[in-house]
Amino acid sequence: MKNRIDAAFEKCRAANRAAFMPFLTAGDPTLAATAALIEECERCGADMLELGIPYSDPVADGPTIQASYGRALSAGCRLEDIFDMLRGVRERCELPILTMVSFSIVSRHGPQAYFGRAAEAGVDGVIIPDLPIEEGAAVARLAEKARLHPVFLVAPTTPDERMKGIVRRSRGFIYYIAVAGTTGARAALPLDLAQHIARVKAATDKPVAVGFGVSSPEQVAAVAQAADGVIVGSAIVRKVAESAGRPLPELVQEVGRFVKKLAAATKKN
Amino acid sequence: MLPDAKGHFGPFGGRYIPETLMPAVVELDKAYRAARRDPAFRRELEYYLRQYAGRPTPLYFAERLTKRLSGAKIYLKREDLLHTGAHKINNTLGQALLTRRMGKKRVIAETGAGQHGVATAVVAALFGFECDVYMGEEDMRRQALNVFRMRTLGARVVSVTSGTRTLKEAMTEAMRDWMGSVATTHYILGSVGGPHPFPMMVRDFQTVIGRETRRQMLQTEKRLPDVILACVGGGSNAAGMFSPFIKDKEVRLIGVEAAGRGLNTPEHAATLERGSIGVLHGSRSYVLQDAEGQTLPAHSISAGLDYPGVGPEHSYWKETGRVTYNSATDRQALEAFGLLSRLEGIIPALESAHAIAHAVEAAPKMKPEQIMVICLSGRGDKDCVEVAEKLGQKI
Repeated sequence: MKNRIDAAFEKCRAANRAAFMPFLTAGDPTLAATAALIEECERCGADMLELGIPYSDPVADGPTIQASYGRALSAGCRLEDIFDMLRGVRERCELPILTMVSFSIVSRHGPQAYFGRAAEAGVDGVIIPDLPIEEGAAVARLAEKARLHPVFLVAPTTPDERMKGIVRRSRGFIYYIAVAGTTGARAALPLDLAQHIARVKAATDKPVAVGFGVSSPEQVAAVAQAADGVIVGSAIVRKVAESAGRPLPELVQEVGRFVKKLAAATKKN
Repeated sequence: MLPDAKGHFGPFGGRYIPETLMPAVVELDKAYRAARRDPAFRRELEYYLRQYAGRPTPLYFAERLTKRLSGAKIYLKREDLLHTGAHKINNTLGQALLTRRMGKKRVIAETGAGQHGVATAVVAALFGFECDVYMGEEDMRRQALNVFRMRTLGARVVSVTSGTRTLKEAMTEAMRDWMGSVATTHYILGSVGGPHPFPMMVRDFQTVIGRETRRQMLQTEKRLPDVILACVGGGSNAAGMFSPFIKDKEVRLIGVEAAGRGLNTPEHAATLERGSIGVLHGSRSYVLQDAEGQTLPAHSISAGLDYPGVGPEHSYWKETGRVTYNSATDRQALEAFGLLSRLEGIIPALESAHAIAHAVEAAPKMKPEQIMVICLSGRGDKDCVEVAEKLGQKI
């Protein structure tokens, strides 16, 4: 069976647009809300979904996502419950799903066990932001064995020579980090972002998706011209946090409206 | 000599950090290896260690403590006499010279007790770097004096309010700062944790403790000690003390962790004795974590030991059995704090008091002709307010 991630990129390419990938924190504010939000993302035009697995000490994340991890953990969100939730979602939803997860969590469960359980819950890929290729090559093979796409990241600071090794090991797509820094909304993206994306695309035939700092429909539209995929995280997590006190249907609708606007901005000119 | 080229001590160590930081640690590794081979760098570091920090430190025979415990002959390695009052400056001087070599103008650091923060602020002043020190809000309260020292030295102290508001969060915050500032900033990590090359480099800069001890011991006693004790939080003074003795199998090496309110309570910082293998702050090592992989809060009366991780080389030494790890409770450390003060006229840092506390148990079981060395990693002035409070006194 073809990986859902590959199919999604093919569909977007045929439609002459970039794939849109919203990010949600699992269990923020509750796992039931996360399940409803995933399905709403699919309805509102998302092509893929990045699901953040809460971790107590995230190094790559800014304050918005860090706070959402804190909320989910305080509410008692556990990995097994996340996978149970995803299994339920998979009965109704074909949206490709990748977990964004610290290697601290993966290593605690054991990479093989983590990937096996994720795949069995219907996950399609895994992004481990604190696992560079040196330590990650063997781990990536285990992910592939479980039929998960291991996605590796390229940073603005990554030299060309090093990038070659990263794009070779990455499956599904390459995650390009738009800004040297943690995740979180930025008023402006770097002026040379398009050149950087072109630099990665020159090194690979695989799709290149861009995240970190992308937060508005305008920024999505700009990135979509150069990249094959656009990831919006903190801005959506903030929306969820702002609406967390409201009844679930309203929360879902509110976030859905925002996702729809972002997804509509991915058309290539 | 460990680690290997990728920073592995057996199954421990490595680099578990975001790609954004990878080029920086690769560059740091190269710069450090080049500096290490460069006689001019070594000369300059030796100059500052001697003329600025006050090395060599004495290896002092603690006669009254020896008499009181009536067992082994006890020597104290007096790192408390260094400028800034602790061993941390051995490392910050080395990394500051390296920062200058790499052409960076800003340094950041994490700090628990504030000793590494002060030692970083000092070298930033000395070499004209901009300096931000991340410190947990709880530690800023416990170590208000050191916060004032850092600010006096021209550093900014950034209060960290997430999680347990102690050393763990301070380190996470420093790494997050580095994610966005890596082009202009060097992260002066204070312990033997973090991604490679930090555990190797910090250990190397601290081995001056063990090298001097070895030389001084051979001079005065014409032989090596039987037992060496050092406290272990992240483990930098212990790594620096133990390293030069690793091949001397007849020397027993004992690291003393913080048992907090007791190993059978959840409130301790005994990572090696009660933790499990995991990944925290860039390397694989023992970690205090739950079944899900979430880091557990540590507890110790000493802010410098109040950390749920430990340097990867200590995990390796534990697994190979070369070093034994033990612990002392808050209460034992407090007693040792008072004991050394009254018997020897030396107020030890609460961190170092853990090593003294273990000596109180271990030395009486040894013979008078046996020799014990304790690494007195820092002085206790910084802890006086906290200890007074614990004793119900107001300063």
